[in-house]
Amino acid sequence: MSLQPSPAASRPLQRTPLYPLHAKLGARFVPFAGYEMPVQFPAGVLKEHLHTRAAAGLFDVSHMGQLALHPRRSLEDAAVALEALMPIDVLGLEPGRQRYGFFTNSAGGILDDCMIANLGDHLLLVVNAARKDADEAHLRAALSGRCTIERREDRALVALQGPAAEAVLAGLAPALRSMRFMDVRREKILGADCVVSRSGYTGEDGFEISIPAAQAEAFARKLLGDSRVAPVGLGARDSLRLEAGLCLYGSDLDAGTTPVEASLEWAIQKSRRAGGTRAGGFPGSDVILHELATGSARRRVGLRSQGRTPVRGGSTLYPDAQGETPLGRVTSGGFGPSVNAPVAMGYVARSATAPGTVLFADVRGNRVPVEVSALPFVRLNYKRDM
Amino acid sequence: MLKFTKDHEWLRIEGDIATVGITPYAQEQLGDLVFVEVPEAGRAVERGAAAAVVESVKAASDVYAPISGEVIAGNAEIVKEPSLVNSDPMGKGWLFKLRIKDAAEIETLMNEDAYQELIG
Repeated sequence: MSLQPSPAASRPLQRTPLYPLHAKLGARFVPFAGYEMPVQFPAGVLKEHLHTRAAAGLFDVSHMGQLALHPRRSLEDAAVALEALMPIDVLGLEPGRQRYGFFTNSAGGILDDCMIANLGDHLLLVVNAARKDADEAHLRAALSGRCTIERREDRALVALQGPAAEAVLAGLAPALRSMRFMDVRREKILGADCVVSRSGYTGEDGFEISIPAAQAEAFARKLLGDSRVAPVGLGARDSLRLEAGLCLYGSDLDAGTTPVEASLEWAIQKSRRAGGTRAGGFPGSDVILHELATGSARRRVGLRSQGRTPVRGGSTLYPDAQGETPLGRVTSGGFGPSVNAPVAMGYVARSATAPGTVLFADVRGNRVPVEVSALPFVRLNYKRDM
Repeated sequence: MLKFTKDHEWLRIEGDIATVGITPYAQEQLGDLVFVEVPEAGRAVERGAAAAVVESVKAASDVYAPISGEVIAGNAEIVKEPSLVNSDPMGKGWLFKLRIKDAAEIETLMNEDAYQELIG
């Protein structure tokens, strides 16, 4: 059998401020987006996944880019400037709130997806690790006249996710209890100046905490000292987000995929759509507004295997067990520990998007039946109301 | 007689029958197994051809036939309970049994000391 080769790095890998802690905890590392990241801890992917849904998992996501946009004139001016790069209502984002968004290109494809937070005096973007250089260059080229752009390499980013996350974090900062899903605020935790959002990438309630790099390890150790908290690596992060129906940039989203194809229309607010107060005005608006009105030729759907065979990203999808004409492709897939069955996402022709449609995935030359399924695969446990 | 391959398989050779599995090191590297596919009895496999699949939460890996032969059994227990490969890789977690076609192929396999040296 072939095991993945140990990282033979063509260029030196970067490490996050929490690397020494991961090593002490016995993490197994993999190269990911130029970083040496923990893929799993000794408990293993299955237990880490299930523990996150049952109690709380601690994730190091410091490899992600934290880009602060400081307005030269006003926050409104910066928000309007950012709206020229994405089909998102940034101007309508209230102070203390964040929302999901994406940069688009002139063909309507997605350059990256991100979180955008309004911190009152500036906007904070959290972007994918593999795209942060490109995003920063894109922002500098388009917005330098109206914002100064600061890459916060001085800060770590950790996520605490799961039903016990609130109780654990409120033990250190009681005021955080009052936050709702997608609230964001500055908060002092253990003496560190943090920016906390109530959000995550698991489908569970939880928080993402931006913290000065020098104080990150003490904070992580404090959280891990709570018996409800376990460290979680990238392996379980991927299975958790897959079950929650959340996209991974580079697998489920890319520059050749539009937001409508990706079933992300919910993220495009009315104000940016046809007839809205600031309709269009973003790259690829002709394509995206047209698809919002008429639909796209292909669409992202959930897929469930009928048997036990996991279907992985890259598998071709066929309408029948024998035919040679594909009608789609799997973009993410694997075993879902909470679903206790294989789960996947992929793009299929419009004619095959109805839940219950049976398709066939090519797995090592065999056709494995899969059923189009609603996303997410698990109940989302976000704290939407107090 | 116990033999090993550089692809992290073990073979227990008894007469003209070889029982094949993956090593403790391999199961440890793969992590929790969630799916196993084993060959059916009667199938002829050539040395180096994909004979079984072991799949963890992370990834699928082919298991190659370490020698040529005819499959006389696949382990149905691990298909029902893949975690047996993690908990007992050299016992209950065996993958398949082969009737050895060419005993000379055995000579090219590693002994335990050589394998231990390989994984360090």
